[in-house]
Amino acid sequence: MPGLEDLYREIILDHYRSPRNRGELATPPAARVEGFNPLCGDEVVVYVNVSDDGKISDVAIDGQGCSISQSSASMMSAAVKGKTLAEVRDLNQTFKAMMSIHETNIGGTADEPMEPVEGVKLGDLEALRGVVKFPTRIKCATLGWNTLAEAIVEATAEEA
Amino acid sequence: MLDVAAIKADFPLLQQVYEGNPIVYLDSASSSQKPRVVLDAMTEYYETINANVHRGAYRISDLATRHMEAARSKVARFIGAPSSNECIFVRNGTEALNLVAHTWGKSNLKSGDSIVLTELEHHANIVPWQMLAQDIGFTIRWIPITDDGQLDLSELDRLLDGAKMLAVSAMSNVLGTIPPIRLLADAAHAAGAIIVVDGSQYVPHLPTDVVALDVDFFAFTGHKMCGPTGIGVLWGRTELLEAMPPFLGGGSMILKVTKEGFTTNEIPHKFEAGTPAIAETIGLGAAIDYLSGLGMEAVRAHEVRLTAYALRTLHERHGDKIHIFGPSEPAIRGGVLSFTFGDVHPHDVAQVLDQKGVCVRAGHHCAKPLMSALGVNATSRASMYLYNNESDVDTLADALDDAYSMFAL
Repeated sequence: MPGLEDLYREIILDHYRSPRNRGELATPPAARVEGFNPLCGDEVVVYVNVSDDGKISDVAIDGQGCSISQSSASMMSAAVKGKTLAEVRDLNQTFKAMMSIHETNIGGTADEPMEPVEGVKLGDLEALRGVVKFPTRIKCATLGWNTLAEAIVEATAEEA
Repeated sequence: MLDVAAIKADFPLLQQVYEGNPIVYLDSASSSQKPRVVLDAMTEYYETINANVHRGAYRISDLATRHMEAARSKVARFIGAPSSNECIFVRNGTEALNLVAHTWGKSNLKSGDSIVLTELEHHANIVPWQMLAQDIGFTIRWIPITDDGQLDLSELDRLLDGAKMLAVSAMSNVLGTIPPIRLLADAAHAAGAIIVVDGSQYVPHLPTDVVALDVDFFAFTGHKMCGPTGIGVLWGRTELLEAMPPFLGGGSMILKVTKEGFTTNEIPHKFEAGTPAIAETIGLGAAIDYLSGLGMEAVRAHEVRLTAYALRTLHERHGDKIHIFGPSEPAIRGGVLSFTFGDVHPHDVAQVLDQKGVCVRAGHHCAKPLMSALGVNATSRASMYLYNNESDVDTLADALDDAYSMFAL
């Protein structure tokens, strides 16, 4: 069994205790989307503003939940702020690729894992790599990213 | 007194050791472990008399049928049912409650009617009624809970006034609360309503007598009472079951089928379309034999003692850091302890406990309206059964220290 130190890395606990970009943004102009993890009751609310030149001009995170869901959302907010939508998409895909697991060892036939985007650096997000060793927590780590993707769709749809 | 050491030895899974830590299984409210006799009964069926039931003219089919029907008689005796024909085999407690909603509910509830639920209910005793309410247009009224997690019955007569049905859990899967079912049945009947009881958390832990409780429908599942998954029971009064339309259509549930139509079989078969879960039914029968051998009075007494020990130990060891929901008096509750622990999220608590082999559930426990009433989004839940002892509680209390040192803010 992997040790808890693989999961609860210091930088993760730091984001949990001192979440970045915590709060709300005015809607409109911001898009607001709630994400839920029905298994454990985690809730992440993502507010996002997309500027005319296609950048995440501002992002805020609200909600409540376990250390992994909240710290992952916090780290995500720090990673995407100021990035273009294309950069965020690549970052999202690379992060999801890190979170993919093969179930073949217990007889499963999982979907093809997502491929990381070449050249994309995850930076601090790498600290969440240990989560894959705890499969029940992967949904906690990806909740914020899935919610952000929905919020971006909403934000760009509103502008169209 | 139960000999817990001997009981633990009856359960193969409880012999497992992971990374040097024996399994401390504290999630029986979710699903219990299974004793060897249950596993053996199912294997023996497959190895010696595997054949379809109620169909074949040959010896092993007859034996399979008789073993399955013997299990039905065991179920009836175990819950005090006047007739085994009133015991319908279903997949689980959820299906039992859906069956009542789809048959009795559909033929008895009309637009403008009211039914009564409680804030304690599991989603299985909420959502089927909400789905039906969307179709039919009746109103759902709610019995609230008090601060210590008991039903607030101060407005009971007003809530039941004009209602057609009261659906209530006999034991909360989150708080361990044991509502006064007989009192509720009398009040419902006085108001002209029927009472539907979700007994999934009750039957595994207390002696059950549906006649003494004077209820109309009683649903429970096998896998929380030492039986396998995939088998549950709906008990109902004969006159109600006979008046109800069938549930699923197909083989077994018919007497005659022509191109023009069909007539339904007698109860219980009227509600048992298709090949049933034969091995699981036989497994449930073996689980009932196992529990009956120990005695449900003894099981209940053991759990009251252990709950008292757990409440005392957790409070002594963790003081104000731990908040345990539900009634504080062990004699009026089950061994289900939902708690919050400081600022540590329940999912993180469960993760740290898992590292010590301690299995608890974290989340909303399929009771979101109750979680809202309690003002929390999630709790950790340790639930105890006949194979747990003081040492399991001590291991839980020790492992909580780890959670605190890791997450102390």
